[in-house]
Amino acid sequence: MPKSNRRDRSITYASAINEATRQLMAQDDSVFVLGIGVDDPRGIYGTTSNLSSEFGQDRVVNMPLAEDAITGIASGSSMAGMRPIVVHERMDFMLLAMNQLINVAAKSHYMYGGAVKVPMVVRSIIGRSWGQGAQHSQALHSFFMHIPGLKVIAPTTPHDAKGALVASVRDDNPVIFVEHRMLHNYKGQVPENLYEVPFGKARVLRTGGDITIVGISHAMVECIRAAKSLAAASISAEVIDPISLSPIDVQTICESVEKTGNLLIVDNGWTPCGASAEIMSLVIENVQRQDKVKMKRMGFEFVTSPTSKILEDLYYPDSRRIAKNAYDLIMGKKTDWEPDVQESPEIDEFKGPF
Amino acid sequence: MKNKNINLNSIELINNLYKSIYRIRTIEEKIALIYPTDQIKSPVHLSIGQEAVTVGACAALVETDIVFGTYRGHSLYLAKGGDLKGMMAELYGKSTGVAGGKGGSMHLIDTSRGVMGMSAVVATTIPQAAGYAYAFKLRKQKNIVVSFFGDGATEEGVFHETLNFAALKKLPMIFVCENNQYAVLSHQSERQSSSNITERASVYGMHSEKIDQNDAQAIYEKINWARNQIVEKGEGPIFFECMTERYREHVGPNERDDIKTRSAEINDPLEQLSKLVSYDFKEGVSKEVDLELNEAIDFADKSSFPSNDTLYQDVYA
Ligand SMILES: Cc1ncc(C[n+]2csc(CCOP(=O)(O)OP(=O)(O)O)c2C)c(N)n1
Ligand SMILES: [Mg+2]
Repeated sequence: MPKSNRRDRSITYASAINEATRQLMAQDDSVFVLGIGVDDPRGIYGTTSNLSSEFGQDRVVNMPLAEDAITGIASGSSMAGMRPIVVHERMDFMLLAMNQLINVAAKSHYMYGGAVKVPMVVRSIIGRSWGQGAQHSQALHSFFMHIPGLKVIAPTTPHDAKGALVASVRDDNPVIFVEHRMLHNYKGQVPENLYEVPFGKARVLRTGGDITIVGISHAMVECIRAAKSLAAASISAEVIDPISLSPIDVQTICESVEKTGNLLIVDNGWTPCGASAEIMSLVIENVQRQDKVKMKRMGFEFVTSPTSKILEDLYYPDSRRIAKNAYDLIMGKKTDWEPDVQESPEIDEFKGPF
Repeated sequence: MKNKNINLNSIELINNLYKSIYRIRTIEEKIALIYPTDQIKSPVHLSIGQEAVTVGACAALVETDIVFGTYRGHSLYLAKGGDLKGMMAELYGKSTGVAGGKGGSMHLIDTSRGVMGMSAVVATTIPQAAGYAYAFKLRKQKNIVVSFFGDGATEEGVFHETLNFAALKKLPMIFVCENNQYAVLSHQSERQSSSNITERASVYGMHSEKIDQNDAQAIYEKINWARNQIVEKGEGPIFFECMTERYREHVGPNERDDIKTRSAEINDPLEQLSKLVSYDFKEGVSKEVDLELNEAIDFADKSSFPSNDTLYQDVYA
């Protein structure tokens, strides 16, 4: 039954995920959630809260600490027609599941000649807050973009989080669904009904004519802030959120670059062999414009994530450095322009304990 | 090599165990007090209530023996002799920290005291401990490695893979499972079909024992015995499951709200020893620890933050 569909309702990213899961589970009894701690009172930052009381512990399964097995159990159940949603509190823990994910789940449909489908979703959360360090704040979406058979989606707004999760669960392939902890508390308009945000379609979050800025996951939030600083210097930035990383909507990005002639890609991750490298290559291969397009990319500094706040602040691209890079790219040289300071409350006001 | 504690009479032993547990408890309680001031911008996993396991075990080791542990590592680090100033500075994210401010509470290390790095990913140091023990074996070095991990870690595949290898190669190592019955908020019974961790270890073909009392003295005696079996007779590996209890939340400074219902059969390790130690000794320890701790905090406080260029240092060796 379609419920009333208020469009003016503002909820958090975490609530949007929770709501999508609840509605999907209510609609389709093949959908179930499994992962370490999914039914505990903290409910994975609220994204799985109250689901076990509504659907029972057979469909919201608190798992033993066994990431590779969890992944295989999910893919096996999906071959039997279930639609599992695996949840990892940190993306880093997916590294323990690479065999089942990449050697098995990603390949099953193809290597068995289409005889089986593996419709599973793996949700994971990039753990940056502060002091999470080497093993609790990695952003590994680019790894998965490298693998045929996997889809990768990294929504940044509450609206897209809900819609992308719906599309992911309904998709017949293994999907890597990338969240960022610093996005979970963001509020935005989220329709009450079930709707899909499709794979392979980017969203232009802000229009502009001077530079195209592509931001991935939480880096998008900093890009929007940078666009505000740039606007104060009379530079209009077009900000694009790819949402879907594999497949990726190169057309929307190229159309923007045709118009602006400048491209800055800001990844929430390392740049070498990463999403930013892929996007830049695709633009070079596909852009129609004959004159030179100036391009630059930014991401985490190419080191292991340090814990000391002072080093952390250097490690992550922030809105000031994004604005400055955009400005200098347009000017074609290093300038001493200083952007307005934009606050990053989710980072600056964060307090532990975790 | 001679084990420094073998000839300790029991009063000296009890005094040492008391002092070590008192010291670690005091330090961790202080960390919990400091935590809300936001000077420690990194998650802390406290061992308050569990100290008997690492303190009892490390009392039976020599400095050149090696320990590997987890993110819940303050107690192990300190029990094995890790430098307190370097630890506090690391928690404060300072350049003088044991990892130069790059590791934080979850990645303590002091190789000069045989404390190998702690890891934030559950069960990852278990095979590393076996690898280190394999090196000891190849070099015929008369040392042992002790691997510390939680009850949750025994669910990971790598735990079983390592036990099999360690038993196969008769490695000079001791496995110590600190069973506090919880992985974050999940009780062992929600995660394991039976609570027989000790039995599961024994089927790999190693001596396995459960120690129930949360008592540093009992743990010391067992580990001391095990170390001798391994070093003198080549009878490794050996497995211990130590029942214990964590009083604080999984992470952070707060007390567990279910703590009042905590199992009565688990004793507080400090209370147990406190009854056996003289008033004068306790007074002396209290003063000494206060002084040491204040100095360490002062050191952490006054140390400088890492300089910008250190961000790019140590990416490669
Ligand atoms: C491989 C992996 N999976 C999940 C986590 C998240 N996590 C951190 S601690 C923990 C519980 C571990 O319990 P246990 O091994 O009993 O150690 P304890 O915290 O009780 O000392 C979990 C699930 C992790 N850090 N690493
Ligand atoms: Mg435990």
